[in-house]
Amino acid sequence: MKNIAAVANVVVKELYRRKDFYVLFVLTVLICLVMGSVRLFHDGRIVRYLKEICLLLVWISSLIIAITTTARQIPAERESRTLYPLLAKPLTRAQLILGKFLGCWMACGLALLCFYLFFGILAGSREEHWQIVNYLQAAGLHWLMLGVVVALTLFGSLVFTAPSSNTTICFIVVSGILLMGRHLNKVAVQLPEPRRSLLSGFYYAIPHLELFDVRDLIIHNWPPIAWGVCGLAALYALAYAMIFLIAACLAFQRRALN
Amino acid sequence: MKAVRRHSWLGGREPYWLVGALLILCFGLAARLGLWFAQWQGNRLQSANLMGVLLGDSRRMFANHFFAKADAYFHSGFYPTVFDNREAFQTPHMAEDAGAMGGHNQGDEEGFLGAPRDWIDKFSRKFFPSVHTHLDEGGPSGLADKGGDLGGSSEVREILPWLRLSAALDPDRVETYTVTAFWLRKRMGKVEEAEQFLREGLRANPNSYELLYELGRVYAENKNDPDRARNLWEAALRRWQKQESAKPEPDKFSFVEITSHLAKIEEQQRNYSQALEYMEMWKARSPSPAAVQKQIEALQEKLRAPEAASPGKGSGSS
Repeated sequence: MKNIAAVANVVVKELYRRKDFYVLFVLTVLICLVMGSVRLFHDGRIVRYLKEICLLLVWISSLIIAITTTARQIPAERESRTLYPLLAKPLTRAQLILGKFLGCWMACGLALLCFYLFFGILAGSREEHWQIVNYLQAAGLHWLMLGVVVALTLFGSLVFTAPSSNTTICFIVVSGILLMGRHLNKVAVQLPEPRRSLLSGFYYAIPHLELFDVRDLIIHNWPPIAWGVCGLAALYALAYAMIFLIAACLAFQRRALN
Repeated sequence: MKAVRRHSWLGGREPYWLVGALLILCFGLAARLGLWFAQWQGNRLQSANLMGVLLGDSRRMFANHFFAKADAYFHSGFYPTVFDNREAFQTPHMAEDAGAMGGHNQGDEEGFLGAPRDWIDKFSRKFFPSVHTHLDEGGPSGLADKGGDLGGSSEVREILPWLRLSAALDPDRVETYTVTAFWLRKRMGKVEEAEQFLREGLRANPNSYELLYELGRVYAENKNDPDRARNLWEAALRRWQKQESAKPEPDKFSFVEITSHLAKIEEQQRNYSQALEYMEMWKARSPSPAAVQKQIEALQEKLRAPEAASPGKGSGSS
């Protein structure tokens, strides 16, 4: 556990040093402040459009941070040849993978904390009430979803040769699931066999990342989700993250370092 | 040596003369094409609308999207996607409730999700809005406080940014102005803003009878100015007759709205014969002529009554 924590710590420090997060955060803040300064029909209480824009930017930024940070971890270690001394230490390949995962996930959590803090302040200052429980749930579910994305990208970094191809494929897969995942079964019932069974099988196999996208509930001030449901969603996310991590560990064990 | 050899076909020197000649050619072409481009019909830069310059005619597609987005906000996010069954969902509720469009919904708009297809579908419904609510009835908070007052009904203001954007993208879409004006004046008490927005719509669509009718409603219902309302509705009726009466399928909904309001205002003003005239027109195109006939009979009764015949109150006193 100590080894995993040490590797994770290095990854989190890397996020501080890199400019990606700062650029995305400043961009999000600037766009939201500009949009927030618009007064439509002399009414300063219109806020939901602003919440929607802010949450969309938070989601895009978090995905960029999660995928790009994770995709370069193992290839960068290999290119700079720091992977050999790292594995010469009392550190197994599985520990390295878990450390990288934990570090990237923590880094995403820290980034999300800043983004949701800003969102909470922005929404709360315009609305008459603070929906702290709802925001906590939204941030928590978002973070769990990023756990799956980080594990998927880490696995991808061991399967695909170049970080750029891994990043592109991960973006396409994650965006596809977020936009279409919920509807695949509706499309499947309209198809003839065997395409119907194939698409249905695909629907059940993919991690349904869209479950964790509760933006509509937050934007339109719906009541909080039951904690039991959130717990089940957490189990679902952790199960998929573990599947991808085990796959990553297996791929890394079989892979020649040079 | 190599460089000289590479350019040997240009005379063995650096091709300054060629660069100069190309610059002169570009300048001449720019001067000639610039004049033509300034007069060209398809020149987007002639438009003062930034959206028009950026998106061209494709902005109308985005305008439709944002109009639907406003209706999705009206339902607090509970809205069918392209993958859902939209058969029952023909008219946006925010437009139907505003009286801007005739309703074509089949009454089963709440059930577009259907029964859950599988456990993922069932579980996922806890993570997005899956209950039908209207913002003017309080939205999700109104659902939690059923039977209470609709204190959150002013939340309908949340649809306005998308309607404003839709109007900016497609200034020719008349419903955007009428729907926005209705909610502005009815739920938010912003009569001046509603009138201003309708006038903006009229500048873009000077022949629109729908906009004149809605402007008449502003004067009749909010400004207590029946004379100006009547003038506007009469103008709306004239435009309707000019544009729609010859069509095989005219816009009956707007005609009924205009004539019924004209009949009511004439009745209120005790111009009974004029009111009867409008009622006859209303009955001719009404989906329920029997109900209009009853109103006609009631008015005729009033006309026959002795006080109605007294001077100053009788027919055609206007």
